[in-house]
Amino acid sequence: MANKVHVETTLNGEAVEFLCEPRQSLLEVLRDVLGFTGTKEGCLTGDCGACSVILDGRISCSCLVLGVEAQGKNIQTVEGLAQADKLHPLQQKFLEHAALQCGICTPGFLVAAKALLDRNPNPTEHEVRYGLAGNLCRCTGYDKIVRAVLDAAAVMQGR
Amino acid sequence: MESQQEHKFKVIGTRPIRHDGVDKVTGRAKYGADISLPGMLHGKVLRSPHAHARIKSIDVSAALALPGVKAVITGADFPDIGDNLVQVGENFVNARHLSQNIMARGKVLYDGHAVAAVVATSPHIAEEATKLIKVEYEPLPHVQNVLTAMKDDAPILHPALRTGGTPEKSDKQTNVANQVRFARGDLAAGFAAAAVIVEREFDTTMVHQGYIEPLNAVAQYNQDGHGTIWVSTQGPFAVRELTGHILQMNRGDIKVIPAEIGGGFGGKTTVYLEPLALLLSKKTGRPVKMVMTRNEVLRATGPTSGSHIRVKIGANKEGKITAAQVWMAYEAGAFPGSPIGVACMTVLAPYDLEHLQIDGFDVVLNKPKTAAYRAPGTTNAALGVETVVDELAEKLGVDPLEFRRLNGAQEGTAQPAGPQFRRIGFLETIAAIKNSPHYQSPLPKSENGKLRGRGVASGFWINAGFQSTATVSINTDGTANVVTGSPDIGGTRTSCAMIAAEVLGLKAEDVHPVVADTESIGHTDTTGGSRVTFATGYAVYEAAQDAVRQLKERAATLWKVKPEEVVYQDGAVSCTTNGNESLTLIQLAGRLPRAGGPVTGRASVQPRGVGPAFTTHVVDVEVDAETGKVEILRYTAAQDVGKAVHPGYVEGQIQGGVAQGVGWALNEEYYYDENGILRNTGFLDYRMPTCLDLPMIETILVEVPNPGHPIGIRGVGEVPIVPPPAAIANALYRAVGVRMTELPMSPPKVCKAITEKRG
Repeated sequence: MANKVHVETTLNGEAVEFLCEPRQSLLEVLRDVLGFTGTKEGCLTGDCGACSVILDGRISCSCLVLGVEAQGKNIQTVEGLAQADKLHPLQQKFLEHAALQCGICTPGFLVAAKALLDRNPNPTEHEVRYGLAGNLCRCTGYDKIVRAVLDAAAVMQGR
Repeated sequence: MESQQEHKFKVIGTRPIRHDGVDKVTGRAKYGADISLPGMLHGKVLRSPHAHARIKSIDVSAALALPGVKAVITGADFPDIGDNLVQVGENFVNARHLSQNIMARGKVLYDGHAVAAVVATSPHIAEEATKLIKVEYEPLPHVQNVLTAMKDDAPILHPALRTGGTPEKSDKQTNVANQVRFARGDLAAGFAAAAVIVEREFDTTMVHQGYIEPLNAVAQYNQDGHGTIWVSTQGPFAVRELTGHILQMNRGDIKVIPAEIGGGFGGKTTVYLEPLALLLSKKTGRPVKMVMTRNEVLRATGPTSGSHIRVKIGANKEGKITAAQVWMAYEAGAFPGSPIGVACMTVLAPYDLEHLQIDGFDVVLNKPKTAAYRAPGTTNAALGVETVVDELAEKLGVDPLEFRRLNGAQEGTAQPAGPQFRRIGFLETIAAIKNSPHYQSPLPKSENGKLRGRGVASGFWINAGFQSTATVSINTDGTANVVTGSPDIGGTRTSCAMIAAEVLGLKAEDVHPVVADTESIGHTDTTGGSRVTFATGYAVYEAAQDAVRQLKERAATLWKVKPEEVVYQDGAVSCTTNGNESLTLIQLAGRLPRAGGPVTGRASVQPRGVGPAFTTHVVDVEVDAETGKVEILRYTAAQDVGKAVHPGYVEGQIQGGVAQGVGWALNEEYYYDENGILRNTGFLDYRMPTCLDLPMIETILVEVPNPGHPIGIRGVGEVPIVPPPAAIANALYRAVGVRMTELPMSPPKVCKAITEKRG
């Protein structure tokens, strides 16, 4: 147990510190050490995107990042999307468009969509599909997810 | 039962936001793997590296000596239960086979078969410990091809297995677990009357449901002999039943608490980890959590069957089918129980046939035991029949939709299994596609020299009824709670709440749906067979009617009249004999303490009026002849959905089913090497469609009410996966002139077929 490393990081805008084993992934730290279970495990090989987080502004699979690598970084997870009294437009549009069925991939899609809209606020359908191609959904066939993201972008642009 | 046509719905048919939606977009919803208990230990499974081998010895001493390891179990720790058929829904599962599947005894039967399980203070320590277990194997010859496995000289998986379903009992060792036949008419006469006969053979490989959430279980065994299991499952009552049989515990001593479930598609209808976690908890006295890796999910949980299928259909000059014959061998995996029986029931059901014969075989081989997957067994079968039908139509010069219309089943048509269809909407789905903007517009020309084609195919699924329980209780503010035992996999909490809201005259938002554990609601069969909105919705409908009956009694007590003098309409009671007396539900709810007490409606049902589902799809594809890559340009699905309770989630079922069907058609496959080892054990190589692989999926909801349901509901979830491989194969043929008879139609296979055609 003496092998644990002390890490200081920023999670959803708040300073956080934790102890973790060097072999623990950021995903495991988020879920099992910090109790942020909104970020999901789907494959542990970076192929499904269920564990997507925004790490210093870049979309990342948290299963492919070690917990110790979070030192000094800025991490955004699904838990950081909503305000106290209001859902993020992406969350609201996912609900309105019925863009989730089982919901296990939803946090990853929301985070990936946020990262996409952060750098491209006005994407085409193809750009949305390209931006979300790292995330697997097995329930929806993606149709309603793509529509929800396009609609959220429009709302955020005041259209 | 009231006539549905006269119904003017207020809630049903609208698109409210789902009740569990906010939890699911904020990350608050608790799935099985999110559950954490004080003092919890973590379990990991050691799995077979062989396709078929005798276990000569297992030495767990080094694993047990690793600091942090608390216990190890092997097959020796499980009670020896004889053959024991357990009813799960309408299927029977042999608990002995199930027990041997979740932990090998004596032999391993497939790559990934569980051999031992370790529990430790962290998942990393447990995983390290599995590597310290020494297992001595004696490799045995393995068999993984379904036709080879049927041969007399094939390696035998189960020496005691004898073929069932045959007229005479054989004493021969075999891998054929069961055979099925449906036949009627005079096949020879039927084929003699044909002007054209098409006969083809098809091969499909195993494919996985591909749910994004790996299997999980958390279990706590108490010192009083009671156990609790938290798990993402489609069937909490099935988990209780099966775990009880495997561990020889009273079913009533096991409580199963369904967590949120991250996809299932049939794959989460049985047990894998639950008995292991409960046994490990019993050994350690502490809660135990087990979560599979994706590698384990693909290697060791049930995919659906690969198959070899022969289809022969004849038709006369007028385009009427004169005879049809189908022969299907399905891979059961390592233990009996492929969906061959239901495949035989569904394969020819879309067509009105006088002369037919269907033969099916359930074959064990050295692959994981199959589990249900969305319309089990029917997609592979439809590849055969729907492409042969396409070829017949082509040879006769008949439009493929017109050919289906000429031969399509309708009310009164006898199914191959015997019963006649009640009112169904197959022909309506054909007409809907024929009239769709998609089918009515010409296939756009390619601008890049690639080849394009348009194909159609239809699909059928029988749907399920089974047993469900629901309660509807009235809150003090006039809102209501709906409690069911059906895990919500795609929005059924909301469809059930909407049904209660419709009956009670409330808004959908004023009804609070809950999915309860096995001790908090009456028996409810598994979420499967597209049954929840139909059957659990039926229970909710009846429970809400029961609540209305009680509300009328309460009002009658308040007004000192007879209950027959009270009517309930639009969320209010009024008195027919005294026009001044009326109360809204909100007012009445507040007065219940003075009117006889709280109101809880309840119903346990086993509805028999299951309405089957039909669908017709059209797809445009573009084929790169150089690489064999197939792109889906446009896709439209028309489906008879009975009555769409929440159209958004009905569309979602169709779009999701199509997407899985596209994956099955083009890329997904279980790829075993010559040693019988699965080589594509992750999502990189088990290639499911991403959003870049698909266009928008257009849906047409055809509503032909199910006469067997008070609201006209039919199951909608499964049938959309049935036509895509056949529709895509037919489109591919129109594009490149090659009839594909193997799934997946992956780039190498398409490329090879095109090259061979070009010579």
